[in-house]
Amino acid sequence: MRTFEYVRPDGVPGALAAHAGDAATAFLAGGTTQLDLMKDGVLEPARLVDISRLPMRGSTTTGAALRVGALTTMEELATDPTVERRLPLVREALLLGASVQLRNMATIGGNLLQRTRCRYFRDPAVPACNKRAPGSGCAAVTGPARMHAILGVSERCIALHASDVAVALVALDAVVEIEGPGGARRVPLTEFYLEAGGRPEVEHTLEHGELITGVEIPLPPEGTRSGYLKVRDRVSYEFALTSAAVALLIEDGVVRDARIGLGGVGSTPWRPRAAEAVLSGAPATPEVFREAADAAVAGAWTVPGTEFKVELARRTLVRQLRTVAEVTR
Amino acid sequence: MTSTPDVPPAPPQSDPGAAEITTAFTVNGTPRTVGADTRVTLLDALRDRLGLTGTKKGCDQGACGACTVHVDGRRVLACLMLAAQCDGREVTTIEGLSREGRPHPMQDAFVRHDGFQCGYCTPGQIMSAVALLREGRAGTDEDIREFMSGNLCRCAAYPNVVAAIKDVAREGGDHAHL
Repeated sequence: MRTFEYVRPDGVPGALAAHAGDAATAFLAGGTTQLDLMKDGVLEPARLVDISRLPMRGSTTTGAALRVGALTTMEELATDPTVERRLPLVREALLLGASVQLRNMATIGGNLLQRTRCRYFRDPAVPACNKRAPGSGCAAVTGPARMHAILGVSERCIALHASDVAVALVALDAVVEIEGPGGARRVPLTEFYLEAGGRPEVEHTLEHGELITGVEIPLPPEGTRSGYLKVRDRVSYEFALTSAAVALLIEDGVVRDARIGLGGVGSTPWRPRAAEAVLSGAPATPEVFREAADAAVAGAWTVPGTEFKVELARRTLVRQLRTVAEVTR
Repeated sequence: MTSTPDVPPAPPQSDPGAAEITTAFTVNGTPRTVGADTRVTLLDALRDRLGLTGTKKGCDQGACGACTVHVDGRRVLACLMLAAQCDGREVTTIEGLSREGRPHPMQDAFVRHDGFQCGYCTPGQIMSAVALLREGRAGTDEDIREFMSGNLCRCAAYPNVVAAIKDVAREGGDHAHL
């Protein structure tokens, strides 16, 4: 690991000043991705600004939204009373991710910014990785690939965004709160991430030196039913092959509001709006769910190792729509 | 056979240009100070600087759970935490579980139920299990398996690990004093 300076400033302004947009400086929160990738030689910051004790922890419910401080841990958010009562899809996505130890360390802000698990990105001995070394190619497209994305990708990069909770949060139209040298701003999570088709090394709209301070999660209308289904190689402590976050408001057998996020398939936490459009105003039946699932994966781009994900993602979504809607036929 | 004196090994030579940092924290109830390269993880500080080798280094990348310790009462992975991040924190390791020379009830239960084979993952399993009880998640076998899933055992002693935890949970867990 490259040597680095470690600083722990007081307050958000102090942290922003200590970072100051310096290319070789990185923020450190839970560290579960940051430190891991530093050990692998993928990230080599010369200075770490430890933000983990800044006053950005805990959540408050105000009106129709839950406001979550960026340093709230995954465990803390999973056991939040509002999350338990109003946001089952968020709770389930959190509890199906990582392990308790990692969830006690990992923060919500850090979770949103986690780097891909693509094995070629994480191995500096692999020369071709457009995300790690722009313009060098993509070893995953030609080499063995499996835990890779099929939506929002191209021959330049098929790296997956592996977060579970971000999938639920894009479905709910969560908003990211940001502070930086230029002041504060808010960005909808659906506009925060950038697909890997263009420049794979640019993953989101956060500027270097800006800090996520919180996430605002709009609460779905009372009566909404929701949940998260994660399909994986082993039953626990594993990344998703495919997953589906679903929130449905159904009245008299008709879908009044449908929100969907798909995991394990996208270069970003994936919001299949075409599938939501199929469901909206339609009867909650298996036939409609299947039609929505077809729309969700339309335009998938696969390599031989990821072809199976198209049908698996369809079935994952149909299953979760049926579970949430309680359609058992 | 003579016993080995309990002296920590000499710290490794630091790289030229490495940044040093002093960290003061509490380990198993005792205030400790470690001066080390900023790159030193909590795991390496415990093992190589403080001589507390009960905490094991398995994968060193947050995948196996062998290095599980408690920081401020929560179970975490010592391999993915810098020692410097623990300044002012309270750290508990497997060496800190016993009271008045008696093993922790969870340690007793692991022995009673043969909850290990090679034993390398055991300190992490026990630290995780003690936290699991405190979190109130030992209600069913299914819950125990799910909330212990961050601790891998390549000898696959899992059934006996679950039995040991159930045993302590059944006893009320009150005397599981951490």
